[in-house]
Amino acid sequence: MTDWPLLTITTFLPLVGALFILTIRGDAPVVARNARNVALLTSVATFLVSLLIWANFDSSTAAFQMVDKATWLPGFNIAYHLGVDGISLFFVLLSTFLTPLCILASWESIEKRVKEYMISFLILETMMVGMFAALDLVLFYIFFEGVLIPMFIIIGVWGGPRRVYAAFKFFLYTLAGSVLLLLALLAMYFVAGTTDIPSLMAQQFPRDMQLWLWLAFFASFAVKVPMWPVHTWLPDAHVEAPTAGSVILAGVLLKMGGYGFLRFSIPMFPFGSEFFTPLVYTLSVVAVIYTSLVALVQDDMKKLIAYSSVAHMGFVTIGMFALTVQGVEGAVFQMLSHGIVSGALFLCVGVVYDRMHTREIARYGGLVTRMPKYAFVFMVFMLASVGLPGTSGFVGEFLVLLGVFQVNTWVAFFAATGLILGATYMLYLYRRVVFGKLTREELKSILDLSPREVAVFAPLLVLVFWMGVYPTTFLEPMHVSIANLIDKYELALSAAKDLAVAAR
Amino acid sequence: MPNFLPALPEIFIALAGLALLLMGVFQKKDSTTSIGWLSVGVLAVAALLVWTAGVGKATAFDGLFVVDRFAGFVKLMVLLASGLTIVMSLSFLEKEQIGRFEYPVVTLFATLGMLMMVSANNFMSLYLGLELQSLALYVLAAYQRDSLRSTESGLKYFVLGSLASGLLLYGITLIYGFAGSTSFTSLARVFAGTHGEIHAGVITGIVFVLAGLAFKISAVPFHMWTPDVYEGAPTPVTAFFSVAPKIAAFALLVRVMVGPFGDLVAQWQQVVVFISIGSMVLGSFAAIVQTNIKRLMAYSSIGHVGYALIGLAVGNEAGVRGVLIYFAIYMIMNIGSFTIILSMRQKGRLVENIDDLAGLSKTHPMMAFAMAVFMFSMAGIPPLAGFWGKFYVFMAAIEGGMVTLAVIGVLTSVVGAFYYLRIIKVMYFDEVVEAFDKPIGGAMASIMGLSTLFILVFSFVPAPLVASAQAAAASLFAG
Repeated sequence: MTDWPLLTITTFLPLVGALFILTIRGDAPVVARNARNVALLTSVATFLVSLLIWANFDSSTAAFQMVDKATWLPGFNIAYHLGVDGISLFFVLLSTFLTPLCILASWESIEKRVKEYMISFLILETMMVGMFAALDLVLFYIFFEGVLIPMFIIIGVWGGPRRVYAAFKFFLYTLAGSVLLLLALLAMYFVAGTTDIPSLMAQQFPRDMQLWLWLAFFASFAVKVPMWPVHTWLPDAHVEAPTAGSVILAGVLLKMGGYGFLRFSIPMFPFGSEFFTPLVYTLSVVAVIYTSLVALVQDDMKKLIAYSSVAHMGFVTIGMFALTVQGVEGAVFQMLSHGIVSGALFLCVGVVYDRMHTREIARYGGLVTRMPKYAFVFMVFMLASVGLPGTSGFVGEFLVLLGVFQVNTWVAFFAATGLILGATYMLYLYRRVVFGKLTREELKSILDLSPREVAVFAPLLVLVFWMGVYPTTFLEPMHVSIANLIDKYELALSAAKDLAVAAR
Repeated sequence: MPNFLPALPEIFIALAGLALLLMGVFQKKDSTTSIGWLSVGVLAVAALLVWTAGVGKATAFDGLFVVDRFAGFVKLMVLLASGLTIVMSLSFLEKEQIGRFEYPVVTLFATLGMLMMVSANNFMSLYLGLELQSLALYVLAAYQRDSLRSTESGLKYFVLGSLASGLLLYGITLIYGFAGSTSFTSLARVFAGTHGEIHAGVITGIVFVLAGLAFKISAVPFHMWTPDVYEGAPTPVTAFFSVAPKIAAFALLVRVMVGPFGDLVAQWQQVVVFISIGSMVLGSFAAIVQTNIKRLMAYSSIGHVGYALIGLAVGNEAGVRGVLIYFAIYMIMNIGSFTIILSMRQKGRLVENIDDLAGLSKTHPMMAFAMAVFMFSMAGIPPLAGFWGKFYVFMAAIEGGMVTLAVIGVLTSVVGAFYYLRIIKVMYFDEVVEAFDKPIGGAMASIMGLSTLFILVFSFVPAPLVASAQAAAASLFAG
């Protein structure tokens, strides 16, 4: 089994499905039905294949596994090179896991141009998986930017009233960040003579160059994460995107920035990372506190969750740049947890939006009387987002705080206030939407979750509790890779310090 | 017996063009279509001749004419572009009822001029080729002679083009006066040992030559004619203008700059950097406010020339490689985009406003998809082919240490992305106003389909094009 090119299959299977959908002809309803079926089948099959990656994963080594390599640009040392380690493994799985759920969630809510919608989603999946699995910087960049095309279309065609503005803002913000990444990539290629990621990790770039390269990469990833103050595209994109688009946006696309820091900034530019850590801390703390406060005053559900995403991603960047094992593991875990929880919260909003066609908090209230199942599901994810022990959110936030406390107590202190604020805005949201008296006329006939919606939420619920109660399943495979990352980082720094001492 | 063999494709086109002209005259009824297809055949045979010619360097006509891999690569691009645009124009000529058999023949002579330019090894042959090309293009611009805009655009192009030719000639005389030769080979030898210490007269000459050629490739600040001519000329002619002559003139510029003046890089580099930045900035900002799609394409082509000029500014092998890859991809996406612009007809009437594309994704899903692919590609978004053009010129810039130029380049490309996205927005996000006529014709659909396919799958197999561009660039520096 292991000699199958599992990663290549996982990456390009959705694309095959998309090509297949492209050939469907016939009446509109038939095409729509077939497109939905093919998309669901393809994405489920992709998920199953990606489970094989996990099954074959050897968690005792930090090396890249299941490597697929082929010549691509001979003579340039740029190759088609895929592989996973403990860090990227779960991001690949997260992408393949969320896509079928998204397709299922848009089963009825997307009525027009179903064929194009499904094609966009499958192409998006290919780009996401390829990005996390890429072991060549040029290949990474292609997937990293390629994501923009389907997402632009998804927001712009199936989005809300201000979709055009949101789609443009999303596209141009992210593009502006990532073109600098392209130049940094070329500069690295010029020095190292290759874009192979494992080779680049072994390469020592000169100190001054590292600072510039770090900044260029930061420009790109900070927009993706998004970090304050370049986060403003996110609320717009989230509010206007269709539900499934928001799920992927929060669930996977935001993780691309965090993943980028771990894969490139920290191992390749240790000096840059050390030098700019205070900057990252500052921006992250501002993000945690400021965006939490902003979330508190939102009257649009999606916007509130979007701001909470910025705050949660602030935790992630804090944990990452603590550069302790707990901190980084916590950051990765928090990203996975946030991917599932915020995705689920957007789905929760989607459920009521499909029924009432409004996301305004004031238009709801007392839903618990008509929708007990929904109230339960929403509560679980809301509490997971707050970080209640026993749910996935707790593990990530706890580890991050633990990690950063060893390095900088003040940052830990400020980050912890974010937890309190987080509880405030989430509980406040929940109270306004679910509790209280059901007084509004139009809500009196609202229906509880349909079996299809239950099927969407069930796997997410299972995962939230699984990750919260027994996180070892997920922490163990990433442990060796992360320990190795930190060892190498410290080695690079101390080697340079020794050199500096010797020179004196 | 002088050796004419290296110039065989050019000789063939010249003779075949004359023969077709006679044929057209003696035909009783209108023979535009048959002559058109025959011209395409002539170009195909010429391409075959270029293809089968040896890869080595050869000269003819006492060193006036040179053939190397660089010339071969560019000639194939020019021939392909000319052939495709002739095919695209046939149905247009018929629908607009301006079909006369001279059209394909004039295109043929323009192409001949371009091939001469690409192979020029002396300022004399350069000027001959350039003028043959330009005169044919002036005629083509004014081809729709009952249309005020078309004749205006032809006249404008002629007056400004003659001025540019004058500048070029003046530059050539200065260079001849101060360096004593018009041959590229002798000039290169003269400048080789000077280490940049040359007479100011030569520099003035180079600047004039650069100005003249910058006009031909429509680089800022010599771009003013472009939007007007693009808008006024019949659309297939615009399609032709935006590819073949541009590629040929750019190749000529590259050959002149790295050939005879290769050792004077320090002298002309800043000029090229300036016009490159100017073109990129103007191309991206001025296009934002356009409402006519042909004008938009004009500004877009100014911007693209700016990016390609980055490669020339670097002035080494990697730079020229970048230029060649850039133009090969640019040609395909531009021709592809023009197949769609040519299909913009409502009730038989040609429309040119961007807003007319509204809701295209609903009425013509395939056409909208193709246009979206071209627009994303022009914006340089991977995994589409347009990304690779930018990738290789930026690679050359970084390698050559011109980081500032590269940073300006990528930032303007973000601005440029805005107006390309606007077209996609109009097609996909807006509601239908009035649908375009169907069907668009088999030849058009197949060109559209093939170019879309090329742009889509290029990322999977980039190696062949990159390798041949590399070899072509290397031949220019082999000495």
